[in-house]
Amino acid sequence: MYDIIIIGAGPAGMTAAIYARRAAKSVLVLEATGYGGQIINTPDIENYPVEAHISGFDFATKVYEQAQALGAEFVFEKAVGIEDSGAEKTVITTKNRYTGRAVILATGSENRKLGLENEDALVGRGVSYCATCDGAFYRKKTVAVVGGGNTALEDALYLSDLAETVYLIHRRDQFRGEESTVARLKERENIRFVYNSTVTKLNAEKKLQSIEVTNQDGTVSTIEVNGLFIAVGRIPENQNFASVMDLDEAGYAVAAENCRTKTPGIYVAGDNRVKDVRQLVTATADGAVAATEAIRYIGTLK
Amino acid sequence: MQVIAVTKENFEAEVLRSEKTVIADFNADWCGPCKMLRPVLDELAAEREDVKFVSINIDDEDELADAYDVSSIPCLVVFRGGAEVTRSIGLKPKDAVAALADAEG
Repeated sequence: MYDIIIIGAGPAGMTAAIYARRAAKSVLVLEATGYGGQIINTPDIENYPVEAHISGFDFATKVYEQAQALGAEFVFEKAVGIEDSGAEKTVITTKNRYTGRAVILATGSENRKLGLENEDALVGRGVSYCATCDGAFYRKKTVAVVGGGNTALEDALYLSDLAETVYLIHRRDQFRGEESTVARLKERENIRFVYNSTVTKLNAEKKLQSIEVTNQDGTVSTIEVNGLFIAVGRIPENQNFASVMDLDEAGYAVAAENCRTKTPGIYVAGDNRVKDVRQLVTATADGAVAATEAIRYIGTLK
Repeated sequence: MQVIAVTKENFEAEVLRSEKTVIADFNADWCGPCKMLRPVLDELAAEREDVKFVSINIDDEDELADAYDVSSIPCLVVFRGGAEVTRSIGLKPKDAVAALADAEG
């Protein structure tokens, strides 16, 4: 039995592993794909203390190596469930079952989809959820961004430097994102604003050809695009663990700054927790707090 | 075998005329998930005698990326007998990449 099982090897989970190992607890980190989480998509991190510039990949690799050097064990399996029997918790993956005294859920979040019929099949064939990852493929082409928050606005701004034309499609007539960004967007001549509208169909022949856009007034139009960037928010990956914690209406795990869920010995850290600021530094902070709480909890068992 | 770097000059010989199944990894230096995927490909290249793994840098080889409609990386395109069988986008665990080599398409 492990002292602490951590689900998710993003910044929160790996920081928790570092803290737990420094307290000499045995640690298993379970991860579905690769270490690092979302941050590996960021080409340049400029707001994390100490380094003025570091790529997300380099950051993640350094934290991974730090946790490994301290003796954290990493297993690349997807956790799909959890069972709580008080002093012993069982984490179920697609391949195995692991038991631990405490569990930290640092599962992060995934992209929210539009839910259109052929959306999944068109990822990498015109549909993207990451402008900084895939924007380079759309130089001098026509793209659309759908969404109204900061990510959508920043994506549109970024893409307007590369693409010939950028359509920004939003279901309301006002953006939720920062006004200063909206002002910058309006100065760009190659951005076309499509308000009060949603994307209702993806037309493709092997790759995306055009999108059908439906206005609130019922008008349906077709826009020819090479790429569609979807920035309609993220969904916390808590669905498989809802039996041990409360979720808010958006699916985030309800826990205060101490990262405690309603179940003793089970903690939540990072983007899947209810919080106002979702940044690299708040994720690592959660990891430290959750590990410290878990270490304290284990102390009470003995 | 190791992962072989492929350009448009040797693409036909190394990929299209290969007798083995080829997994072509379209990638770029600035792409974090591509860097994460590379060690997985290196391991599989060493383990799988029956599959050839090649790496294509999309910034240097934009004609190849265009020709195969690559618009998101990492993108693994599986070739058999000179034709695309299937492809996979994004970072995938080792067993998923291994399964690609055996895909019927």
